[in-house]
Amino acid sequence: MRRVAKLASAMLLMGASAAAFGAELNLKLEIPRLDVAEYHRPYIAIWVENQDQSTAAQLAVWYQTDPKKEDGTQWLKDLRQWWRRGGRELQMPVDGVTGATRPAGTHALSFKGADKHLANLAPGKYNVVVEASREVGGRELLRLPFEWPGTQPQTATARGKSELGAITLNVTP
Amino acid sequence: MKTALRAIAVGAALLVPFASHAHKMWLLPSATVSTVDQWVTVDAAVSNNLFNFDHVPLRLDALAITAPDGSKVAAESPFTGKYRSVFDVPLKQSGTYKVAIVNNGLFANYEQNGQRKRWRGNAEKFATEIPADAKNLQVSESIGRVETFVTAGKPTETALKPSNVGLELIPVTHPNDLYAGEASKFRFLIDGQPAADLEVVVQPGGTRYRNDQEEQKLKTDANGEVSIDWAAPGMYWLEAGAQDQKTSVKQAKQRRLSYVATFEVLPQ
Repeated sequence: MRRVAKLASAMLLMGASAAAFGAELNLKLEIPRLDVAEYHRPYIAIWVENQDQSTAAQLAVWYQTDPKKEDGTQWLKDLRQWWRRGGRELQMPVDGVTGATRPAGTHALSFKGADKHLANLAPGKYNVVVEASREVGGRELLRLPFEWPGTQPQTATARGKSELGAITLNVTP
Repeated sequence: MKTALRAIAVGAALLVPFASHAHKMWLLPSATVSTVDQWVTVDAAVSNNLFNFDHVPLRLDALAITAPDGSKVAAESPFTGKYRSVFDVPLKQSGTYKVAIVNNGLFANYEQNGQRKRWRGNAEKFATEIPADAKNLQVSESIGRVETFVTAGKPTETALKPSNVGLELIPVTHPNDLYAGEASKFRFLIDGQPAADLEVVVQPGGTRYRNDQEEQKLKTDANGEVSIDWAAPGMYWLEAGAQDQKTSVKQAKQRRLSYVATFEVLPQ
């Protein structure tokens, strides 16, 4: 009897991840062009947050990775919320997550349910969090709620006031 | 004459460093959240305003820096000026460092051949250095801690283990994980036992630029725990004190315990 129950729950789990297998999470993110005397590209972290604000998945971290310049990892702590929620526990760089800072403009990111970023994401309600911090500049954090994988296509949008522009999240089951 | 008087006054202040609550002792780190291979520089002062250097430096003789693995780290480039002391700490290990100045001592004054004498030392020296013909011997004991905490990478707790001597703080909330709008909990111990009913004062820095001291007066519960609400981000100063009769020599009637720490509270 117990074995049957275990088998049933295992099938349920498989069913759950299989349901998310073909799901997709797409993000469009604008880094605003700023008219300032000293401009440095912002550090940006993008992650999936549980309802209790703990981290469910790391999606992307853009920071100064040029080995010819000073060690960029020392400023990662300025992505304060990301740092607190798990960034400080990571060994940089993280394959498939970390990369160089990006210029002003619109950037598109795409993650599939089968990708390692989202493969372990259980069905449920989450936020995509985007945090930006710029040297001698400001910091901004935006949250976009979504359900994973959901039953129909979802769209969430947010717009920053200073360090982030328009952000669009599309989730398809 | 004036100089002599001043010398005596300064001497007295040094002899009883924890007697007066008028001046605040503190360690102020340049950062509390950092990464491995970075440095922090720390100011140490006794002042009226938080955190301005406006009175005397805090001496570094009893400075002890504990690394995340529990080993001791030497301060680099120590300097003591007119109003403050400064030192650097290299953060070579991942985890939490405890930076502490611990003054643990006996203070005596007595008369010998009609002259007043002052003495400062520990229990061992007390037995040999106080002359047998000392008259009107008065002895007091004090254990005072001034601390702050700095974390490179992920917060750890090895360096925060109590020595179980005097008044100490141990984390319920990690001292480098404090955020405005969230309550934090700390536990106070006296000789390793929960310090119940202890008065704890918490005050935000920047007193020079406001009229109100904005002191939060709290009391520990039966477990020695206190919960602190941080209204705004910034550097905060915490002080607690107690007295008892658990002296290390029988001639000392009273033991004074004090604890001071500086905490950084971050915005959400």
